[in-house]
Amino acid sequence: MRNAWIICRKELSSYFVSPVAYFLLTMFAVVFGFFFWTALGYFANASLQMQMSGQTFPLNLNEQLIRPLLQNVSVISLFLIPMITMRLFAEEKRTGTIELLATSPVRDLEIIIGKWLAAMMLYACLLIFTALNFAFLFKYGNPDWKPLLVAYLGLLLQAGALLAIGTFISTLTKNQIIAGAATFGVALLMFVLGWVGEYESSTWARVLSYLSINAHLESFSRGVLNSKDAVFYISMIFFGLFLTARSLESLRWRS
Amino acid sequence: MINVKDLTKRYARTVAVDGISFDVGKGQIVGFLGPNGAGKTTTMRILTCFLPPSDGTVTVAGFDVLEQPLEVKKRIGYLPETPPIYQEMETDEYLRFVGQLKGLTGAELERRINYVSERCSISDVRKKLLGKLSKGYRQRVGLAQAIIHNPDVLILDEPTAGLDPKQINETRDLIRSLAGDHTIILSTHILPEVEQTCEQVVIINKGRLVATDSVRNLQARARGAESVVLEVAGRDTALDVGKVQQRLQQIAGVGGVVLRNQFDSHAVFEIEGQKGALVRGDLARAVVESGWDLNELRPAAMSLEEVFLQLTGSEAQAQAAGAEGVPA
Ligand SMILES: Nc1ncnc2c1ncn2[C@@H]1O[C@H](COP(=O)(O)OP(=O)(O)O)[C@@H](O)[C@H]1O
Ligand SMILES: [Mg+2]
Repeated sequence: MRNAWIICRKELSSYFVSPVAYFLLTMFAVVFGFFFWTALGYFANASLQMQMSGQTFPLNLNEQLIRPLLQNVSVISLFLIPMITMRLFAEEKRTGTIELLATSPVRDLEIIIGKWLAAMMLYACLLIFTALNFAFLFKYGNPDWKPLLVAYLGLLLQAGALLAIGTFISTLTKNQIIAGAATFGVALLMFVLGWVGEYESSTWARVLSYLSINAHLESFSRGVLNSKDAVFYISMIFFGLFLTARSLESLRWRS
Repeated sequence: MINVKDLTKRYARTVAVDGISFDVGKGQIVGFLGPNGAGKTTTMRILTCFLPPSDGTVTVAGFDVLEQPLEVKKRIGYLPETPPIYQEMETDEYLRFVGQLKGLTGAELERRINYVSERCSISDVRKKLLGKLSKGYRQRVGLAQAIIHNPDVLILDEPTAGLDPKQINETRDLIRSLAGDHTIILSTHILPEVEQTCEQVVIINKGRLVATDSVRNLQARARGAESVVLEVAGRDTALDVGKVQQRLQQIAGVGGVVLRNQFDSHAVFEIEGQKGALVRGDLARAVVESGWDLNELRPAAMSLEEVFLQLTGSEAQAQAAGAEGVPA
């Protein structure tokens, strides 16, 4: 796995020498910041009104502020994840550096894991930005940090699955833009699959909504560590990386 | 060092390499010669385990490319047709990355980076971005990455393509100087390159092996009978070409006399000698004694270029050439 780490470091540094990482970080910070502060304003307003109308039912920071916000994070990620993964293999194929990787004494799997890990780390950097906003809440309010941690774990796992799929799609073309667009399409589809289950209850609908990448975030965002949902994401990660490995292999046999 | 046996590579629609076999001994520098589309790149990609063969066996240092690719890859340095560089990296950073991929670490890694930078004359661009380097420098960085782990075998795909004449010479010198330490296969579609750089040559055309031999033997083999180029000038008068030709024809050992070029006062002939019988002194004497001037007399060594055309010329061309000899 030393080799995976070498690849991972190279990917990370190429994220950070090009504008990609800074662009994503800025975009994420701005969009999430906007959600955060409007939600916070709304929340403060609501609790003020409740106090004035004499209600004693306490508003819960975790339930009413943090949870919807983290749901938003997964929506924003939908747009950012394709930008993280699109270049991973497509660019190496376009410039021919894939020949260097493939003729070095390194296993395909090490290359794949290295690249996926770098994508995960960049995504984790994005999440840290959101955590900075929440740190503000800890200063002035009293939210529970354990469910918050579980929610973050859920976000990371969900992104891991989408990043693995994006990595796979990036092996299919030399063109970054196509890889990005296709990843976005697939991610969006997996995101909305769950909607079928809301008005249908046939087996088909249930299978589809099981495959929905978003449905499994529900438990995490409530702060509950549900092993079934964790298993879903982890198997999606394995599945995506497995497809990537097959794709790299068939690339050689075909071309 | 390298054994290729009945190697065949089929793509979806084309057969790129069709049953070629050759061996390369340790320390040799071999030119892999063929026109564009001959299958050079494909063969090299198979040698480097980038592509699997469709048929046949390839071993490098005793390891089969299909069965033990990691062992093969450890022993090979490869420079693809376009140097595999990351535009956004600095030269040093890039060499460090490649060195690590090839398994180097710590002080050894730094030592090798210094060594190959020196060797490939890229020391002055070690802190520059690769994307900003000229084509010549990129090629040398490409060579530096290929030798960073001191591999037994070096595989270079058209290492001088796209360079200017000065860079080409520098690159050839560099490759020749590497020959002592490594077994080298370099591909090219330029003949002088092989004549200047290589000892052995493997010629392929349309995926098939045409010839494999030492450069010198190939030249000799294609030359066949000796032939001589002769330039004769008239003294103070215009030259009667017909007369010269007649005179030359009479000399013992001369097979045929062909007028190559004719000017007012001088003419160039190519004289085909019967093997072992042609004496150049006889030619010179005959010219001078007949009252003409002898401007030039030299053996018409066949360049590899002609050898190559002769060997790769399609059968149709060969037949056409044969038909010319038959009087109509
Ligand atoms: N990836 C590929 N897919 C299909 N055909 C290919 C591929 N690469 C090369 N070829 C074909 O194989 C033949 C040999 O190509 P190549 O090995 O690149 O020749 P060279 O390097 O000698 O110019 C050509 O006819 C080429 O069109
Ligand atoms: Mg080629």
